[in-house]
Amino acid sequence: MSTAPSELESPEVDEAIELSPPWVTIVWNDPVNLMDYVTFVFQTYFGYSKQKAEKLMMQVHTDGKSAVSNGNREAMERDVEAMHTYGLWATCEKS
Amino acid sequence: MTRFRKRRKTVVVSFAEHEADILANLLRNLVELLYDGMPPRATESSDPLAALLDSDGPTSPPEDVVLQRLLPDAYKQDDMASSEFRRFTERGLRDGKIGDAKRVLSALEESGADEIALEPDEQLSWLRALNDLRLAIGTRLDIKEEDDYATWEKLPDDDPRRLTYDLYDWLGYLQSALLHNMR
Repeated sequence: MSTAPSELESPEVDEAIELSPPWVTIVWNDPVNLMDYVTFVFQTYFGYSKQKAEKLMMQVHTDGKSAVSNGNREAMERDVEAMHTYGLWATCEKS
Repeated sequence: MTRFRKRRKTVVVSFAEHEADILANLLRNLVELLYDGMPPRATESSDPLAALLDSDGPTSPPEDVVLQRLLPDAYKQDDMASSEFRRFTERGLRDGKIGDAKRVLSALEESGADEIALEPDEQLSWLRALNDLRLAIGTRLDIKEEDDYATWEKLPDDDPRRLTYDLYDWLGYLQSALLHNMR
């Protein structure tokens, strides 16, 4: 049986973990979708708070687009597909 | 006159008879459009692997502008990746949209126009189907982001787009009232 180390080594931070995941889902502005509906979709599908969902929706509205989620490519393709199910115009790209 | 009310988690919607008919007609057109141009599914005998993976979907965007909007490319600057994504997902996306529209249609057919009770998962189908109808009509009308809302509102009665715009506007009201009652 070994004794507990007197001092725990502090874990090394892998720099790659600090970077955001390599792919993003972008939602683009369109003239048809209602603002309330877009907010609702962000809340329902991503489980975002109302505040976060509204912030993203406003970004889509004023900047023309917003990165609404990030992760690996497969996960982003799933998100894009889900957005299309709801009628939002979404694409994925490398961040 | 359309009315919405809330009963716990259920939303109850009532239409005038002619409104229910209009909505059903729009949905039937949408279903027909979504069936249009869908390539036949591979059978196990023709291509067993494709049939198994459901990877025999279309590889290029639809020709119709409405379908292009309902089934958009998944990549902005990568046609190959868009095409591959479409091959695996477009059929499912069409099926989902057809399913939502048919769900609304059968509710309209079963309940008639009056007192249609929508449970939470039906409410989602209604929201999506109403949205797809708005996307379809908005695309046909060529509504643009930079358009002045007031110009559309003030279209003269004899403008051929007037009736279509009124439908578009009414669908927006329905979707927004349903959403409001779901909260």
